[in-house]
Amino acid sequence: MKTIDKRTSLDHAMKKINSGQTIMAGGFGVPGTPFTLLQGLLDRNLKHLTLIKNEANEDGMGLSKVIEAGMADRLITSHLGLNSTVINMMNDKNIQVEFFPQGILAEKIRAGGAGLAGILTDIGMDTLISKNKQMVIMDDTPVIVEKSLRADVALVHAAKADRAGNLMFEKSARNFNPIMAMAADLVIVEAEEIVPTGAMAPDAIHLPCAFVDHVVLIKNLTSAYGVLKSHVIQA
Amino acid sequence: MSYKHKIAKRAAQEIRPGDVINFGIGIPILAMKYLSEDMPVFIHSENGILGMGRTCTSGDENRNLIDAGGGYPTLVTGASFFDSALSFALVRGGRLDAAFLGTLEVSQEGDLANWIIPGKFAPGIGGGMELAQKAKRLIITTTHTSRKGEPKILTRCTLPLTARRCVNRIITELAVMDVTDRGLVLKELAVETTLNDVIRKTGAPLIIEQDNEMDIPKF
Repeated sequence: MKTIDKRTSLDHAMKKINSGQTIMAGGFGVPGTPFTLLQGLLDRNLKHLTLIKNEANEDGMGLSKVIEAGMADRLITSHLGLNSTVINMMNDKNIQVEFFPQGILAEKIRAGGAGLAGILTDIGMDTLISKNKQMVIMDDTPVIVEKSLRADVALVHAAKADRAGNLMFEKSARNFNPIMAMAADLVIVEAEEIVPTGAMAPDAIHLPCAFVDHVVLIKNLTSAYGVLKSHVIQA
Repeated sequence: MSYKHKIAKRAAQEIRPGDVINFGIGIPILAMKYLSEDMPVFIHSENGILGMGRTCTSGDENRNLIDAGGGYPTLVTGASFFDSALSFALVRGGRLDAAFLGTLEVSQEGDLANWIIPGKFAPGIGGGMELAQKAKRLIITTTHTSRKGEPKILTRCTLPLTARRCVNRIITELAVMDVTDRGLVLKELAVETTLNDVIRKTGAPLIIEQDNEMDIPKF
C-alpha cells in the first residue's frame, strides 16, 4: 500500500529557503523554538530575510543567531525584553523591528492561516500602537484594521510527528507553532520523534498533516533545548 | 519583609476562590507565593498555560514548561495547554477575572503607562495591552515612587499609555487605592507609614473617607 511520507533531511529542506523571503519561526522562549532548523537556516547564509517570531530568543540563541549574523532586514515580533543584542541592533538601525501586542500578532497569523484578509480590534486604541493604523467604524465605535500575516516559510518544532505530518506538541512548546504552520506556503517541521502514520490516535493530533510539507527528525537534542540555568530559582 | 514582598502579600488577598488570574512578571508573580495552597484558582500564562502552580525548586524544571517570564513553573490539577491565539482569546474574550501588572506610571483616572520610555526603554509591548484592556479587574502592584523617588501615581501619565482608564486598584508598599469616578480613594494605609507621607509621595489628589488617620484600615 502506498503511504505519504514527508520525512526529509535537514539539508534538503533548508535548500528550499531563499534570500529575501519571509520566515516565521515558532517558539516562546526555549520551548517550541526550532533550534535545529534555525541552525540549518543560519548555515544557508542568506540575506534580506523578514523574520516573524514572538521574541528573538535570548542573546546568542536560536533566532538571535540568525539576526546577529546579519541575515535579516526586518523582524516582526512582540517583545525583545530578554535580548539586549537585538535591541541594540534595532537602536543602531541594523534591523527594522515592528512590534505588535502578543495576542494580536498571534491572531494576525491565525487569520493568515485561515484565509482571512485581516482582523478588527480595539487593542491599542488611543496608544502609539494605533498611530497611522487604518480604522473602520463598527456600531458607532472606531476599531483598528490589522492585516493578516503570512510567510513564505514556517519553521515549526513538534514533540512528535507521524510520516504523513500529523503533529503533537508538548506542554508550553505549542505556543505559536500550530498557527504558524497554518500561515505559510512552505511548512518545515522538526520533530523529536517520528512515528509510523496511524501510531497517534486521531483525537490526540494537535495539527492535521494537511498543513505540513516536510518533517525533519532532530538527530541531536542539543543543550539549546534544555533548561536555561539562568532562569532556575535556587532553593 | 521587603517592600516587594509586602506588596505581593497584600495583592494575594485580592484573589477569590474560582478566579482565573494572570500575574505579570516582577512583583505580581511574587503574589503567587502568598496564595493559600488550598485556594482553588487557575493561573493563566500568555504562552499557553491555564493552571500554573508555584515556581519549581531547583531540579524539578521541565525544558518544555516555562511561564511568560521564562521561569519554570509547576502545574496544578486540571491544568491545560493551548496555542498563543487561544491564549489571548481567553484574555480578550473576557475570561480573566483579574490581572496583576507592574507599572512605570498610573493616573488618577486609571490610565496605565508601563511599556515604553521613548529613547530609553522600548522592548515591545508583549501581552500587556491585552491584559490591561480586557481583564475584568486590573490591579497594579508597584512601588509608590520611582527609584529616583518621584511619584508614579499621577494626575496624568507623562509616558505613552499602555491602555486608557483600565486600572481598578493600585497596591503599593505604602497604600491601597481604588480608581473611582470621583478620583483616587485611599482604602488602606501601610503600618510602616503615615497619611502625610503617602500624600507627599502621591502625584494626584487622594480622597480620604475617614475623619481620623487612625480609622483608615491598615495592612
